[in-house]
Amino acid sequence: MSDWSPSQHELDRRRVRSRLRTRSAAIATAMTVGVFVAIGFAVTQSPGWETVKENFLSWPDAKASFPDIRDAIWLNIKMFLIAEAFILVIAMLIAMARVSRSPWLMPLRVTAVVYTDVVRGIPTILLVYLFAFGMPALQLQGLSNSPFFWATAALIVSYSAYVAEVFRSGIESVHPSQWSSAQALGLSRGQALRHVIVPQAVRRVVPPLLNDFVSLQKDTALASAAGVFEAVATARDYTLYNFNFTPYLVVAGFFIAMTVPLARLCDWLTARMRRRELAGAL
Amino acid sequence: MSGQTASLLSVSGLRKSYGDRVVLDDVSLTVEPHDVICLIGSSGSGKSTLLRCLNLLEEIDDGIIAFESREISDPRVDPRAVRSRIGMVFQAYNLFPHLTVLDNCTLAPRRVHGVSRAEAESRALSLLERFGLAEHAAKHPDQMSGGQQQRAALVRALCTSPTLLLLDEITAALDPELVGEVLSIVRAEAEAGMTMVIATHEMAFARDVATSVCFLDRGRILEQGPPSQIFSSPTEERTRQFLRRVLPT
Repeated sequence: MSDWSPSQHELDRRRVRSRLRTRSAAIATAMTVGVFVAIGFAVTQSPGWETVKENFLSWPDAKASFPDIRDAIWLNIKMFLIAEAFILVIAMLIAMARVSRSPWLMPLRVTAVVYTDVVRGIPTILLVYLFAFGMPALQLQGLSNSPFFWATAALIVSYSAYVAEVFRSGIESVHPSQWSSAQALGLSRGQALRHVIVPQAVRRVVPPLLNDFVSLQKDTALASAAGVFEAVATARDYTLYNFNFTPYLVVAGFFIAMTVPLARLCDWLTARMRRRELAGAL
Repeated sequence: MSGQTASLLSVSGLRKSYGDRVVLDDVSLTVEPHDVICLIGSSGSGKSTLLRCLNLLEEIDDGIIAFESREISDPRVDPRAVRSRIGMVFQAYNLFPHLTVLDNCTLAPRRVHGVSRAEAESRALSLLERFGLAEHAAKHPDQMSGGQQQRAALVRALCTSPTLLLLDEITAALDPELVGEVLSIVRAEAEAGMTMVIATHEMAFARDVATSVCFLDRGRILEQGPPSQIFSSPTEERTRQFLRRVLPT
């Protein structure tokens, strides 16, 4: 194999291939630039553009509101990280309860079904209201009455129902023969679920899972409705005092900056798993 | 650009590697109309990869593939135009599970070849009828046995009236009882003059239908000739060794 060197024909073909690649790259670039320039032109030529620029794109206002929003966004990040950890665990438990078969676990199954049906049916903002204003009224001992605590709890309840369904669809997408071969090895249903089915299921649902987590990151803004002074509330505060909406764009920028790294991380993880499993295969 | 004008397909100096692993090394092969070429050799000898290269499913590293006197390994050639003239059947059937057998068979004729629904269905039904699958036309693939699925996959490949048929170990996943029903279709097609390149482990079948047998070993065609010669007096020691293991004594 070491004495092989590409023939003249192959060298010609490589030149053609690289020319074709250059051509596709050129088309891609030209199309992209063309489309975005056209959109930019259309927007800046609109009759209200000057007013919009003044109210939404004011550099001094962006600069003035930036430090407060930057400090407040940490509250969103904290809420997201805490909620995410709980959601993953609770959602997986709900999904596993729903696919369990043991007669002893019937009450658990019923609870899981009712939970997902009811919780998914309620708008998240209503859950935030109900938890933040209703729960403290119960005067429960030993639990915090802070809006931050209850808003986070509301997000956990809401999203664990969605994520549970994502997990369940993943579990059900694993081919039945995997169950059979796990059980044929003597594994119990629980062991099969834990060691064979769930690991495969989780890989498959990474993209929809990411979808839900991006959505969760943004929905931390709903906590502002419960009186949590997070980034969106901070921006609204500024706009009410200064009659300029630029801070909203600043917050939007922060949210995008939060979600993009998460998306790239998930892409990278998925690609790595695929590479490992398909290494050398056709 | 190359190739003898008479041949349907001609391969010369074909090389294909995955990273450091050379899967096909300097493979040359000529297929005339109505030829039935059987590729034999142990697993991993490159039979499947060769078929995939012929159908442009793999980008080759060197060599020339010419089909109907035109170089198809040229990157400027539209692979879909080539594939619409070549049929391929896989070891794992690869029927589309969400479509009925009839819809599996009419998908390409209707979407690629622009045949009307009625015409595509009547052709598919007559082929299904011929291969004893008429009553299964409305079923989904997973409701059928492996042999029936593979026969349906053959019909699907034939529905577009290809000039060349590539069969990739199509009986390898079937139990011995079902192998016969699939091979009898292939035999009928061979007798009807269909040009085929077949990767197979069925030596008796290869001896029967092949016009030429190629023995592949570690990515090279070690020996090629009419079945009578390859099976009874192979010249290479490696071929003899392989045949001793796979042929009943």
